Amino acid sequence: MFEYAPAPESREIVDIKPSYGLFIGGEWVDSQGDTHHKTINPASEEVLAEVAWATEADVDRAVQAARTAFTTWSALPGSERAKYIFRIARIIQERSRELAILETLDNGKPIRESRDVDLPLVAAHFFYYAGWADKLGYAGFGPDPRPLGVAGQVIPWNFPLLMLAWKIAPALACGNTVVLKPAETTPLTALAFADICRQADLPPGVVNIVTGAGETGAALVNHPGVDKVAFTGSTEVGRMIARSVAGTGKKLSLELGGKAANIVFEDAALDQAVEGIVNGIFFNQGHVCCAGSRLLVQESVADEVLDALKRRLSTLRLGDPMDKNTDIGAINSAAQLAKIRELAEAGVNEGAERWSPACPIPERGFWFPPTVFTGVAQSHRIAREEIFGPVLSVLTFRTPAEAVEKANNTPYGLSAGIWTEKGSRILWMADRLRAGVVWANTFNRFDPTSPFGGYKESGYGREGGRHGLEAYLAV
Amino acid sequence: MYRAAQAGDRRHLPKKLWTHQPLVGLETVRPVGDAGEVSTTTAPFAEVASSNAALRAFLHGLPGVDRVGADARAAMLGTRSIKTTAKAQAIDLAISMVDLTTLEGADTPGKVRAMCAKAVHPDPTDPSVPRVAAVCVYPDLVATAVRALDGSGVKVASVATAFPSGRSSLDVKVTDTALAVAAGAAEIDMVIDRGAFLSGDYLKVFEEIVAVKAACGAGGAQGEHSAHLKVILETGELATYDNVRRASWLAMLAGADFIKTSTGKVQPAATLPVTLIMLEAVRDFRLRTGRVVGVKPAGGIRTTKDAIKNLVLVNETVGADWLTPDLFRLGASTLLNDLLMQRQKMATGRYAGPDYFTLD
Repeated sequence: MFEYAPAPESREIVDIKPSYGLFIGGEWVDSQGDTHHKTINPASEEVLAEVAWATEADVDRAVQAARTAFTTWSALPGSERAKYIFRIARIIQERSRELAILETLDNGKPIRESRDVDLPLVAAHFFYYAGWADKLGYAGFGPDPRPLGVAGQVIPWNFPLLMLAWKIAPALACGNTVVLKPAETTPLTALAFADICRQADLPPGVVNIVTGAGETGAALVNHPGVDKVAFTGSTEVGRMIARSVAGTGKKLSLELGGKAANIVFEDAALDQAVEGIVNGIFFNQGHVCCAGSRLLVQESVADEVLDALKRRLSTLRLGDPMDKNTDIGAINSAAQLAKIRELAEAGVNEGAERWSPACPIPERGFWFPPTVFTGVAQSHRIAREEIFGPVLSVLTFRTPAEAVEKANNTPYGLSAGIWTEKGSRILWMADRLRAGVVWANTFNRFDPTSPFGGYKESGYGREGGRHGLEAYLAV
Repeated sequence: MYRAAQAGDRRHLPKKLWTHQPLVGLETVRPVGDAGEVSTTTAPFAEVASSNAALRAFLHGLPGVDRVGADARAAMLGTRSIKTTAKAQAIDLAISMVDLTTLEGADTPGKVRAMCAKAVHPDPTDPSVPRVAAVCVYPDLVATAVRALDGSGVKVASVATAFPSGRSSLDVKVTDTALAVAAGAAEIDMVIDRGAFLSGDYLKVFEEIVAVKAACGAGGAQGEHSAHLKVILETGELATYDNVRRASWLAMLAGADFIKTSTGKVQPAATLPVTLIMLEAVRDFRLRTGRVVGVKPAGGIRTTKDAIKNLVLVNETVGADWLTPDLFRLGASTLLNDLLMQRQKMATGRYAGPDYFTLD
């Protein structure tokens, strides 16, 4: 009866070049290899640009540039480094519309999210760490903590620019220089960030961007000139990196997978809990390492919550990520879609009940409807493995102790959510949950001042907040 | 004497007001407008109002509302981008839902007649503009409005019950209501006793609504005409979202046909989160009783953007069933001209100056 007319964001403001080289030593340079990769829009499979895949020699060049720059950059007073970082933060704000559109085109996430979540957080992260640059002596790591040197950073495709910010902002604030490799499917905002570094007159070589796939990443983390490795991505790759870095003296921080429990008690504010469940697993198509992919709901309200959840999911709008009213965008790649499909099939085969709202799926591009599995047991694959897609597994519990036991019974420990109006229960639960972040009456809420990181197979080291400085200081 | 009336002692009231008193929970109501009769099944709640303790237990047993979450949800829905055909549709829908309101001490018959003319033909140059849903006036001007709107299809709503504070005896409130109904008001916008609500005397609030509802049903010179009851919660004075949810349920249990946010005399008035919570309440009430109750945000809705945000809220919270003037109204005085201005802009591509829209 009240159909929203299409409200597409215009892409005119974005200038995508047909091909991109590597950003090394403050210049755009060609790769020494001849491998190129086409990055596509996952919502239409349209080719957006061609990017170089950096070779070992390219990576070496980038690390050398970073090493050269480190001498002067680390010698700058913190207040001078802060000026550059504040300038970057302001340029990001000024160009946020352009960057949001670029992110949505390359990643497939809804423009509403890149505009209202990703970009404000990216700018906030640079502002926050710019503020630390001249106060490192007061951060609790000694009177004059020193930077590590060259940081090799490898980031994933789910929040391309935000993950770049999480990596680069603290590294620069602490006086390190960086070589960053964006994900192979989402290089464009990192390349736009290279342009922002030039616009901010950042000294050449302080930030270097090398594009490529797994081999490029391996070349970077294995390079002997790298003093610090920071990786966000899958636990499988994180394990490989930990193995290769072991014994080298490189400092390592890993932010890996998750299988978070979102725990809803019978005394929760149920309407807001339902919103929190939706935000927990369907935000960013579920491509969130800390996604609330396991819903633990108290049995006494399970039917009520599930009915309300299904009603709410029926109002989600899946489709063109560039439409300002889209809630669920495209899956980032064919490979990821195949993985989600495989695990969803496994859920059905193991006997869980699958439900999705009626929602038309566009013909081109990679799509997966919001999906809820009920009747899930702890032993099912969909309750244990990270799906990294819009798939929710619903389990029930009877008592707070059982909720804690089930929530912690996972190899991961990145995040958890508690929904109750009872303050004492929040504290009791938070004490017992083995997860790096415990959200109370909210979910997937990020802030640059708050440390983020995991227990167990979710990795180690913290990003964000004062704690996030430690990963980039010689302490 | 005063205490007896306060306590809702029905024997104390004029007998004719109680002749149509329905049994709470077993009534048959007709939604405002032309929808058919809806049989109600509030029987599960028949015992809820048996005592203040029972009522309190029920209202405090409703799930809480998390303020941060409710605000975030309303803000997110506020980002919906309603353009082109959807905007045109929304503007006409909003015009047809307006309760054009004047509630000033300075109101005169002349002022009310002028407003009534505007209500029937909001834009004299464009007959395709729909008429508004109703005009809303003080009880003494109901007769004037009824004459001015005769046969137009625009309803006359009257505030009553010692509006806006509600600080008077039940006798006065019931009489106030009966007079407005007798003068021809099709809808009564009553206020709840916020003092009683905040002091925990839910039964008093409940019984007042029941009594006023009865007065709505018993009015008219021939006793044949009955008015629909909108219950104003004055959410700005209830302050917490938990209270908004409880007051919504209290009003619906007592027989409200509509729940309304505000008098317009208290700030904040109709905020998006408050309207969201009231929409959730009518949604849940229908699930549990089958009875459909309308919602009217009023006060502070001044622009087309505000109006469209409200429609989006309805669309995505309770669904299209409520997108009708029978179940959703916008109480406003200055909103209409902005809607007309945006409507003309959609048609012509240009904004006309303010003097091209009538001030009434």
